[in-house]
Amino acid sequence: MADAAKSGGRASVGRAGVGRPGVVWALPGALFFVFFAVAPMVLVGALAFTDWDGIGTPSWTGMSNWSRLWDDPETHQAIWLSLILTVLTWVFQTPLALLLGVWAAGRQRNRAVLSAIFFLPLLGSSVALALVWKSLLDPNFGLIADIGPALGFADGDLLGSSKGAFGAILFVTAWQFIPLHTLIYQGGARAIPRSLYDAAAIDGAGTVRQFFSITLPQLRNTIVTSSVIMVVGALTFFDTVLILTKGGPGTDTTIVPYLMYKNGFQAFDLGYASAVATILVVVATTVSLLLVRLTGFAAMRSTREGM
Amino acid sequence: MPRANYPAGLGSLIWLGIVGLPLYVLVAATFQTRDGYIDDGPLALPDHPTLANYRRVLRSDFLSYLLNTALVTAVCAAIVITLSVTVGYTVVRARGRASRRIFQIFLLGLAIPSQAVVIPVYLVITKLQLYDTLLAVILPTAAFSLPVSVLILVGTMRDIDEELYESMALDGASPTRVLLQLVVPLSRSGISTVGVMSALHAWNGFLFPLLLTQSKSNRLLTLGLYDYVGEFRVDTPALLTAVVLSIVPIFLVYLFARRQLISGLMGVGGK
Repeated sequence: MADAAKSGGRASVGRAGVGRPGVVWALPGALFFVFFAVAPMVLVGALAFTDWDGIGTPSWTGMSNWSRLWDDPETHQAIWLSLILTVLTWVFQTPLALLLGVWAAGRQRNRAVLSAIFFLPLLGSSVALALVWKSLLDPNFGLIADIGPALGFADGDLLGSSKGAFGAILFVTAWQFIPLHTLIYQGGARAIPRSLYDAAAIDGAGTVRQFFSITLPQLRNTIVTSSVIMVVGALTFFDTVLILTKGGPGTDTTIVPYLMYKNGFQAFDLGYASAVATILVVVATTVSLLLVRLTGFAAMRSTREGM
Repeated sequence: MPRANYPAGLGSLIWLGIVGLPLYVLVAATFQTRDGYIDDGPLALPDHPTLANYRRVLRSDFLSYLLNTALVTAVCAAIVITLSVTVGYTVVRARGRASRRIFQIFLLGLAIPSQAVVIPVYLVITKLQLYDTLLAVILPTAAFSLPVSVLILVGTMRDIDEELYESMALDGASPTRVLLQLVVPLSRSGISTVGVMSALHAWNGFLFPLLLTQSKSNRLLTLGLYDYVGEFRVDTPALLTAVVLSIVPIFLVYLFARRQLISGLMGVGGK
């Protein structure tokens, strides 16, 4: 192909499309992605209408998984817990990440060093980090044995209590992911033109006023991007739950992904687990549509100047 | 520059403590003996620092897990780079609706959680007879790294000057030549960001290894760590040593490619 174009030589000068790839170029990547991510997303909806033990062939059972799901109190609890976890994650992580990110966008040397350290938790897998926290929260040998009483857990058994276990998941995931969002906000804050602040300073606006009148509005797109990542992230806190609480005590931290895992790969009821997973897909698709609506192409166009 | 903002500075120091303290406990514990850790508590500096934990972990199957993980990580990164470069190039340069549609698929794909589709992926992998192979982990892991990678590369490639394309077109350059001689060299920073991020993603992956492999010879590091919980039972220092050893390689990459990685991540949020 290369030689053919070359031998066309000067004859093709000026012809539109010379040096432009055809859409074939994107096909390997697109087909690969569709095969392993998009098609499974559709397939999970179909599997939700079957009975399948993971070994044989799925057999069609119509609505039975769905009526079971409708009546299952554990599922209701899981959906409810996932919703609360997602909302609290957003409420907890966004202001902290935003403030830290805006602060880190300053250019002094100590800020560069500090934000490099802030980044460290991102390097560990959620498995590794959950194991670290699991040992810190061990009621016998962990840090929690010492500080537990101050938090209202006299015996240090934070993970054994329903509120404590839920709080621990909220905290550990925030500890792990706030650094990522701090970086995202740092990038957004750096892109705000200095001249806006200079003008505001001349008009006599203080730091707080500048933050609310300039920084926050200018970060609008960044807040959306970060929020989408956060919400989709909160829907997938699986590893942390598996290691810290195994969904317990009882079913009090069994969020939707863990419920799916439990039904699918522990009880080998993959049809029912697919129905549970479909709930995740629906929420995720809604979020992704919002992503394209709110930031999508407008945001992509502006990166041309921004980056 | 605005005046020094003391409350903000104080807040960042508090956060430093919150991030730093567990990391300190993690590293300090690896030099403790098991009894020392139990007696002195997690905050103590080791009285008699020992490397016994490291010896113990390295003598277990750790190195074989490490090798498997390194292989999976390298192949994933290679697949992701190859595919996202060609997709990014097409999205930025090709004319017509089809390439825009393809970009839209990837944008929508950004929000597909791997948990939600793991059951059909399991079905596909077993039907392809790939269950319990490293390839079973590599293929879906690479696929789920693609959307962010395409997003980053489209951002980078859009910055390449139109005139450069035109002058290559004047020479009658083929798309392959434009890609290799113009686009790839000028997108080097985006490409390395994509490489590092997909490597990080593959290195830290857990769900696909957990559900798509079984035998010990195909075990990956994260799953190995999870198994150590049973194997090392109450020997917390040994367990935490395995955790540290699993982070060391990626930490070295981080030291080497820090700027790259951070600028890539900031690009995701910028504007």
